[in-house]
Amino acid sequence: MASTAIPRLTSPLPIKGAARRIHVTINEVDFDMAVEDRTLLVHFLRDVLGLTGTHIGCDTTHCGACTVLLDGKPVKSCTVLAVQVDGRKIRTVEGLETGGKLHPVQDGFAAEHGLQCGFCTPGMMMTAVALLAKNPNPSEDEIRRAISGNLCRCTGYMNIVKAIQHAAKTQGGKS
Amino acid sequence: MIPPEFDYHAAGSVDEAIGLLTGNPGEAKVLAGGQSLIPLMKLRLASPKVLVDISRIADLSYIQEKGDWLVIGAATKVNDLNDSKLVGSSYPLLADAAAHIADPLVRNMGTVGGNVCHGDPGNDLPACMVALGAQYVVRGPKGNRTVPASDFYQDTFVTALDPSEILTEVQIPKAQPGTGGAYLKMERKVGDFAIAAVAVQLSVDAKGTVTRAGIALTNVGPTVLNAPKAAASLLKKKPSDADLLAAGKLAAEAAQPTSDLRGPADFKRGVVQTLTQRAATLAWSRAGGQR
Ligand SMILES: Cc1cc2nc3c(=O)[nH]c(=O)nc-3n(C[C@H](O)[C@H](O)[C@H](O)COP(=O)(O)OP(=O)(O)OC[C@H]3O[C@@H](n4cnc5c(N)ncnc54)[C@H](O)[C@@H]3O)c2cc1C
Ligand code: FES
Ligand code: FES
Repeated sequence: MASTAIPRLTSPLPIKGAARRIHVTINEVDFDMAVEDRTLLVHFLRDVLGLTGTHIGCDTTHCGACTVLLDGKPVKSCTVLAVQVDGRKIRTVEGLETGGKLHPVQDGFAAEHGLQCGFCTPGMMMTAVALLAKNPNPSEDEIRRAISGNLCRCTGYMNIVKAIQHAAKTQGGKS
Repeated sequence: MIPPEFDYHAAGSVDEAIGLLTGNPGEAKVLAGGQSLIPLMKLRLASPKVLVDISRIADLSYIQEKGDWLVIGAATKVNDLNDSKLVGSSYPLLADAAAHIADPLVRNMGTVGGNVCHGDPGNDLPACMVALGAQYVVRGPKGNRTVPASDFYQDTFVTALDPSEILTEVQIPKAQPGTGGAYLKMERKVGDFAIAAVAVQLSVDAKGTVTRAGIALTNVGPTVLNAPKAAASLLKKKPSDADLLAAGKLAAEAAQPTSDLRGPADFKRGVVQTLTQRAATLAWSRAGGQR
């Protein structure tokens, strides 16, 4: 995917303890790199690959700001080890835009004012992308349940729900 | 927060995982979904030297009926229970609980095996397993053994599992016509552990008379609590409102809540009483009982 940030060649995280090579596909680009066993996926994405779109909100598995897709399913990347995703596919917010065109979910958040400070937004959008892939026409209740692990301290969620409904509509019921 | 250093191993088979556990006595821990263990390691409340990842073992993830049992592989994700048509149609107690464990993101990583092995009194599946009369298949260096869920939980984070053993499968009595259950959980917000929760599983005969009852309580004691007196009080009855109230009171007596951020102990006892009444009512009608 053209929009993926170019990875840095050397890891800014010094490797001290046990480490291994992992092979992981991130936003459709393959990476083969050494990581320390204890490196969290979110640090691998942000500090090793420079993909800082994935945020760290709480660092205690509560907020969902760090949500990425692991083989299509939303998970909290602050609570996954990089070595656990060896051989698997990750999608981050940087992988949503294709060829300069925003993803319908991104369009939805812009059109419906689905963010204020924007801190929760990358995680919120990844959860929305996974929801619409599984359920192209979710009800409001289904949307609210799906995003119940992603906290937003600004919007009150109303416009986030509308943004996801907007995306569902523009996707025309397709994922 | 970055966890302390450890050696990670992705086990290819259960036997390889057991070999790694026995080869590193006292230092190795099983890693399943990591949704309890990784937070504990980040906070330095746990610092195992060796992590044995069992989530890549191919044949540990399944939900199917086999003989007299519904069998669930240890590495099955909690969200797979939510997605399972079989669970949704025939195992309402499990379906209720799975929809209220943590949040959807945690459920995509967290496993059934991890939920029943962790031994946190706030975990929701242990009470379901006790009420359902489930048993666990555990494998260690000497082979397999089977432990009833009701004998498994000893104290907070203390279970019948030996450090060299792995829970491989949960076995739940197969749903029959005339069985039904319900799990009701009161929580402060999505993603929080229960203030209190109650699992009820009932079997009824053609007249709606209760022939088997299991009741267990979440997060109101050092471990999941079985409430056999409350369950027995429903036997041989078509439970009336007074019977349901009596069962609720017996369940509240079985609870051992402490006062904490989720509320004072007396309040939690009251929650147990009310949830037991309601869950038993729902379980009875789901089992086919009619007034
Ligand atoms: C924010 C948050 C909220 C949560 N809320 C709830 C909730 O409301 N209800 C609830 O039930 N849970 C809740 N949890 C816990 C969550 O459900 C965990 O996923 C679960 O407790 C453990 O499953 P796991 O697969 O992640 O196990 P891990 O974290 O990998 O392991 C947990 C423990 O079990 C051991 N273990 C795991 N699998 C096995 C096995 N097969 N054999 C032997 N030992 C094993 C590990 O060694 C470790 O000691 C919450 C977690 C978070 C982060
Ligand atoms: S940063 Fe991962 S859940 Fe908050
Ligand atoms: S927009 Fe600020 S936290 Fe959601």
